[in-house]
Amino acid sequence: MESKNYLQDISDIKSMMNKSSRFLSISGLSGILAGIYALIGAYLGYRIIYANNIISIDGYRTLILTENRLTQIFIIAFTVVVMAMITGVVLSFSKAKKQNESLWDSTSRRLLINFAIPLVTGGLFIIILMLKGGYAYVAPLTMIFYGLALINASKYTLGYVRSLGLTMIVIGLVSSYFLGYGLIFWAFGFGICHIFYGTIMHFKYDRINM
Amino acid sequence: MSIINNINKAFDHRIRLGIMSILMVNEYADFNMLKELLGATDGNLASHTKALEKEAYITVEKQFIGRKPNTRYSASKLGRLEFKKHIEALEKLIHKGQ
Repeated sequence: MESKNYLQDISDIKSMMNKSSRFLSISGLSGILAGIYALIGAYLGYRIIYANNIISIDGYRTLILTENRLTQIFIIAFTVVVMAMITGVVLSFSKAKKQNESLWDSTSRRLLINFAIPLVTGGLFIIILMLKGGYAYVAPLTMIFYGLALINASKYTLGYVRSLGLTMIVIGLVSSYFLGYGLIFWAFGFGICHIFYGTIMHFKYDRINM
Repeated sequence: MSIINNINKAFDHRIRLGIMSILMVNEYADFNMLKELLGATDGNLASHTKALEKEAYITVEKQFIGRKPNTRYSASKLGRLEFKKHIEALEKLIHKGQ
């Protein structure tokens, strides 16, 4: 009995506790790519909104949004979100495969449900807001609700997701004060912060089992 | 001496250790979740859950989801306490050996 490997027992216990309560196959690389998509999207959005407007003394604050431009921006935003989601799923799937874990189990389900609740709430709220014409608050609110969704989901995955969530909320709140600079804050939040935290997570977690 | 006494024979198996670890951090787990995580066969897992149930370390809840029978396991108060003791004993043994 004494010769039994107790150290192995303890490490088995720890890894089983982690594996069963947290979904660890989130890919850092997908965060980096999502950030890059967001930056490209923001740049295209910037060209559509600002390049075609005569900028007044107020600088960015007065905008003329035609229905046509709004549609273009929605198409860009939609493409960015869809591409980020596809990348996230594909890369997490390949990471899960490498670590011999399944992508769709109770931990990933729980992660997704808890992520979706604040996000869907925010999404619906923003759609209602836009129907009422409150476009100025769209950018800050997407960041605030996305941050809340990340924090809610972080209990079930890697700890860095929580830090990213907190950062997004702070940026969202700051940008809700400086209305009119939404796109710049949005590029910083969704672009730079994703790339930053994605890089940390990539080097810390992705490469372990490669 | 007391350290050795706290090593619990009921947990002295990889699968049982796994079952308890999962149930310590989850409110409950169903049979399929345990099976998937532990990579055990139906029969093997069933015999280990039965052994833990017999010691009253886990509680078993049978129910139906739609028409499918579903068995849910959760750690009992006694089970949590004993498992904690077991881990502490393991840790002490490791430190002693170093």
